[in-house]
Amino acid sequence: MEFFWYVVLMGILAVYIVLDGYDFGAGIIHLFLAKDEQQKKAITNSIGPFWDANEVWIIAAGGVLFFAFPTLYASSFSGFYLPLIMILWLLIFRAIGLEMRGQVHHHMWEAIWDKAFGIASLLLALFFGIALGNIVRGVNLGMVQNGVSTQEPHFFFLPLWNPTFSPQANELGIIDWFTLFLGIVSVVALTIHGANWIIFKTNSSLNTQLKNVVFKLNIVLLILVIISLQIWHFIEPQPFHNFVENPILWFFPIMTFVGIIGLFKVRSYKKDGHGFLFSTLFLVGGFASTAVSIFPNVLPSTNNVNPSLTIYNTAAGEYGLNAGLSWFFIALFLVIVYFVIQYRVFSGKMDDIGYGEH
Amino acid sequence: MEEMLFYDRMQFAFTITFHYLFPQLTMGLSLIIVYFKWKYLKTQNEQYNHATHFWMKIFALNFAMGVVTGIPMEFQFGTNWAKFSELTGGIIGQTLAMEGMFSFFLESSFLGIFLFGEKILGHKWHFVTGVLIMIGSWASGYLIIATHSWMQNPVGYEILANGKFVLTNFKALFLNPWLWPSYLHNQAASLVTSSFVVAGIGAFYILSQKNVSFGRLFLKTGVIFGLISSIIVAVPTGDLLAKNVVKYQPVTFAGMEGIFHTEKKGSEIVLIGQPDVKDKKLDNKIAVPNILSFLTYGNWDQEIKGLDQFEEDLHPTNISGLYYAYHIMVGLGTVFIGLMVLSLFQLIRGKLFETKWILWSLMFMMPFPYIANTTGWYTAELGRQPWLVYNLMRTAAGASPTVSSGNTLFTLLGFIGLYLLLGMLFLLLIGKIINKGPHHVELSTEKI
Repeated sequence: MEFFWYVVLMGILAVYIVLDGYDFGAGIIHLFLAKDEQQKKAITNSIGPFWDANEVWIIAAGGVLFFAFPTLYASSFSGFYLPLIMILWLLIFRAIGLEMRGQVHHHMWEAIWDKAFGIASLLLALFFGIALGNIVRGVNLGMVQNGVSTQEPHFFFLPLWNPTFSPQANELGIIDWFTLFLGIVSVVALTIHGANWIIFKTNSSLNTQLKNVVFKLNIVLLILVIISLQIWHFIEPQPFHNFVENPILWFFPIMTFVGIIGLFKVRSYKKDGHGFLFSTLFLVGGFASTAVSIFPNVLPSTNNVNPSLTIYNTAAGEYGLNAGLSWFFIALFLVIVYFVIQYRVFSGKMDDIGYGEH
Repeated sequence: MEEMLFYDRMQFAFTITFHYLFPQLTMGLSLIIVYFKWKYLKTQNEQYNHATHFWMKIFALNFAMGVVTGIPMEFQFGTNWAKFSELTGGIIGQTLAMEGMFSFFLESSFLGIFLFGEKILGHKWHFVTGVLIMIGSWASGYLIIATHSWMQNPVGYEILANGKFVLTNFKALFLNPWLWPSYLHNQAASLVTSSFVVAGIGAFYILSQKNVSFGRLFLKTGVIFGLISSIIVAVPTGDLLAKNVVKYQPVTFAGMEGIFHTEKKGSEIVLIGQPDVKDKKLDNKIAVPNILSFLTYGNWDQEIKGLDQFEEDLHPTNISGLYYAYHIMVGLGTVFIGLMVLSLFQLIRGKLFETKWILWSLMFMMPFPYIANTTGWYTAELGRQPWLVYNLMRTAAGASPTVSSGNTLFTLLGFIGLYLLLGMLFLLLIGKIINKGPHHVELSTEKI
């Protein structure tokens, strides 16, 4: 049962990364590449009907985490207190940027909210990468000092950064060179993803330029991924042990690899949606590979005194997990129906003013 | 620790108070919007469709505010109340996860379709979409109140040796005797808010001689919905809820009513008075003898336990706050019924649109249902203190063990700043929509 809910949780998170990921990417492109009003509108309209529902996936992930793995929820949310609250503020800021911009037609008003939307998107992409880095690296669970646990074994608190900026210091912080590196990988990957979405959904004058951007950024991404495989050893001496034991799991790294190779051909695809497909493969594959490599840990402990948090020692009671099944599949079925309806109503490319009068 | 708990509680109180301003409007308003669209389908009168669009625009803005201020609520369970989440997450997480899966997806998917899809869908399907949004927002309220009811009156659980609450009966969460009276009371109250807003804006249009025909439609609709809902808030839902409090939380009831000492021959009902917690008495009291016993038990001489019957340790932490919250809610509720009865009377006589003082009153009454709903929520929450889970877990035991008070204060200040900004922007935009009027609202095909 724990394993089932773990797969559900990871599935919901993967969907969230793919869906809100293109929103973040669109925001980053909006910030750096959109030149005129028409291009800006093309970008924001392409995510217009979707971003709200995309964001619900993180609420759903939070909900499932809360009820299926309450100890993990309590531990990580209070431990990563500051960055999580800041992520909240950024999510709010990004949403109001999108909502407010078109309400008043004044160039300064529009400029302020354009920047709010773009910068919040960029920082969110960065922060989610950093968050992933923290989970991979692990934390000082129970706050061990001099070999003695000073808190309950599964609680901790991390400040934003530590003075040495090192992932192996005694006093860990949220941001160090390792987590920052993963943050940058995340920004690059989501920018590519967002570009592919815009190419897929619009006929904007940006599209040709974006195809070139994807090609260039993809080179950067490939280099970053290769480097990250190297530095992963600092954190996890045997990153592949789960893959060695269960060779079928190589599916995910291969998926990542196929995704990144496929992205090089964005300029020559017959259909504009193919690029989006490959960046989705890359994101899902990369996320799943990471999850597989630390499994069954969900939050590794960096000290020897307190055990890592696993899906087993953080799960709720067996009865509750079983009871969750009674509603989960109904809910999931409904959610899929909604998304099919939504993406069908607003299917295809949009014209200059948005979706609709086709 | 004391200080941290104070900041944690302030932060939750502040963020939830601000958050609840929005869903209390949207839950009720969704019903009124569905009503307007239904009237349009039946009569083919374009005015009803314009009314649908106008209120949908206001709904959408409120909904967006509700969503962005709602996400912090879920997060705060983990960030600020980690110990509480760890121990009870297996139970309350269940209903909260259901809220995300069942209502948020429904609402957010179909809101976009409702706003931008009228031409693609046709009017019938547009109506159906509106109904789905309403179901989503009402389901959301239901699951939140289910969570809240479990904290007020825990059911279907078992406590393990390590202090963790585990679920033993899933159905019990939804058959909780606390749940249905609270839910219906809450929904009726949110319909009161939206009715007063609809009627108030109608009155504003008539008084300012702008969009007068819409003004009349809104006023009429608002008064009819407002009268029905403000009565339901009091009888039967408020009454049932109060009887629940007497049954399950007698000490809370004593605090709410300001009964410091048990009266053997039946309790009086206090209309006005200020509790003096130190000397255990009410100052400047105006009360009617024996009514409270009758309202509660249907028996004039029934004894109602006063605070003196309970150990001081179990008394509500903030008796005067609880007392005032409750009395403001009840007092305002009475005013609402009175005003709506008068309005309906004038409406039936055909004179409502000319009765200036009622129009002015309705317009200025708009903020008051918000105050009544907020104080109602405070009554429930202050009434539960000092417990987080009634009789089982103290509030002090639920806070995050590793987060320092400085960090909580920092984020509290951040939320205050951010929400001030949000509130100003919201008022600015609502003002713009109302000022433009329903004639000019088009559900455009373009989002931004």
